[in-house]
Amino acid sequence: MITVEGLTKRYARHVAVNNISFSVEKGQIVGFLGPNGAGKTTTMRILTCFLPPTAGKATVAGFDVLEQPMEVKRRIGYLPETPPVYPEMEVAEYLRFVGKLKGLSGANLGHRVDEVSNRCAVADVKHKLIGKLSKGYRQRVGLAQAIIHNPDVLILDEPTAGLDPKQINETRDLIKSLAGDHTIILSTHILPEVEQTCEQVIIISQGRVVATDSVQNLQSGTRGAETIRVEVSGRDGSIEAGAVRQKLEQVAGVSRVVLRESSPQLAVLEVESLKGKVVRGDIARAVVQAGWNLNELHTAAHTLEEIFLQLTGAQPTLEAPASGEKQ
Amino acid sequence: MRNVAIIWKKEIDSYFVSPVAYLLLTMFGLIFGFFFWNAVSYFVIIGIESQMRGGGGPMSVNEYVIRPLLSNVSVVGLFFIPMITMRLFAEEKRTGTIELLATSPIRDIEVILGKWLAALTLYGCMLLFTALNFSFLFRYGNPDWKPLAVGYLGLLLQAGGLLAVGTLISTMTRNQIIAGAATFGVCLLLWVLEWVSGYETATWAVVLSYCSVITHFESFAKGVIDSKDLVFYVSLIFLGLFLTSRSMESLRWRA
Ligand SMILES: Nc1ncnc2c1ncn2[C@@H]1O[C@H](COP(=O)(O)OP(=O)(O)OP(=O)(O)O)[C@@H](O)[C@H]1O
Ligand SMILES: [Mg+2]
Repeated sequence: MITVEGLTKRYARHVAVNNISFSVEKGQIVGFLGPNGAGKTTTMRILTCFLPPTAGKATVAGFDVLEQPMEVKRRIGYLPETPPVYPEMEVAEYLRFVGKLKGLSGANLGHRVDEVSNRCAVADVKHKLIGKLSKGYRQRVGLAQAIIHNPDVLILDEPTAGLDPKQINETRDLIKSLAGDHTIILSTHILPEVEQTCEQVIIISQGRVVATDSVQNLQSGTRGAETIRVEVSGRDGSIEAGAVRQKLEQVAGVSRVVLRESSPQLAVLEVESLKGKVVRGDIARAVVQAGWNLNELHTAAHTLEEIFLQLTGAQPTLEAPASGEKQ
Repeated sequence: MRNVAIIWKKEIDSYFVSPVAYLLLTMFGLIFGFFFWNAVSYFVIIGIESQMRGGGGPMSVNEYVIRPLLSNVSVVGLFFIPMITMRLFAEEKRTGTIELLATSPIRDIEVILGKWLAALTLYGCMLLFTALNFSFLFRYGNPDWKPLAVGYLGLLLQAGGLLAVGTLISTMTRNQIIAGAATFGVCLLLWVLEWVSGYETATWAVVLSYCSVITHFESFAKGVIDSKDLVFYVSLIFLGLFLTSRSMESLRWRA
């Protein structure tokens, strides 16, 4: 549905998007993830024909963004970073205006306005001036205008920015319910959002794609090694976390041990194995032989956060602040 | 065409929900009312004097009242045009709504035409005030209506050209004040260019004074449609709108 090949966007001196390629299948929800200034908005602006690329090619629904922009524009709904609303218009009036711009008319227009105001929970402020709405409501109005013409492709730049937690969940559900018929690209900084909403994730950093995969694959596969979470307590009710850590570090095949939580009664550690080694049994044996209780042991999935930080070049901060120790 | 109408309606609504339109209309109405009162009073005094001297036949209302008033309107318009056009694109750029327009299936030229026509419509509403005053002349005298109609045509053409220039300038900045001030400067310049013809007859002076929008209005004020002046205004409109569409395009490439 969307293909991007060798896309580059250069501003005066600065290369914002550097030779990126990816493709999105019909009906998928793709999360576009990257730190500030990574080039997410720039890429989206190219896909929506707002900015022309410096080099490379992008097509939406088979139409090239440079050669057939009208066809592309007819098929996309776009929520820019700041909702493109007119403060002096009422919500319903604005949605009608956008609907007309997108080519709707007559009874169908009124019907769609009602439908999207219900779906995006702005029906109760229909006759309020947009300038008097709160930021979250303005964001919802922005989302409503993006879907008013029921486009094949939805491009949402930080759709949940400024919403309250309840509304964030509702918006995520809304986005998920739109998948299938619609192909959706959304950008975000919020990692759980990607884990909850998206099937596919594209991580970009400094204008380059650093990973593109399904969320599951990313969570399990980046390091090629296992991370095991171990919870240990002492038989007599007290435990020395440092000793546990030392003990586990001596187990063959373990590459490193990180203390996650420690209290006088309890220690929670994460043990990383070397690539291809299975160390679970050895860890369990080591704990029990040392005379501690093994409360819990399971393979921890990498959090997307870790993967994200790792791929975008920042140091993962695995150490829990409470432990007060540097590894 | 439909898209032009959608944009036109949106712009008209936004002029009339904000105080902008009412403020402009009121100010223009007051200023013109003052001019009108002056012109008519002057006409009456001159008329009485000439009758006391036993001078020639009846004086022409067209020549002594309508013609100077139309010229006044054409100059006063220069001051109002920046206020009409300054927000057209600058505001859309500042608030980011330009992203909505630019990513909707609507061509740049349709956006530009819709906005320009809305600006021209507001100017037309201002002219309605003058028509209200002129209607008194018809009530109490019998001026010729044809020169007046030609005068209005001239005013609309002149405003059309200047509004196109203002629209162009509005695409170049995201700051309304800058757009307004720059447009005002250009309008003023286009007015005073004509002064060089007062002391200089070289080619450059002829060219400069040709560019002055005011000189081209004189024939219309007299009630004559001079094709030379008509061509000037129509070209100014086309040039202004064409450059606006180029400017919108280049914004994207530079953005
Ligand atoms: N109009 C512009 N002119 C020059 N540079 C720009 C322009 N717009 C963006 N940039 C630069 O391009 C880079 C990518 O910006 P972009 O807005 O795409 O980032 P982003 O991933 O959306 O970031 P954020 O998470 O903060 O929204 C940034 O370094 C930014 O400074
Ligand atoms: Mg962004």
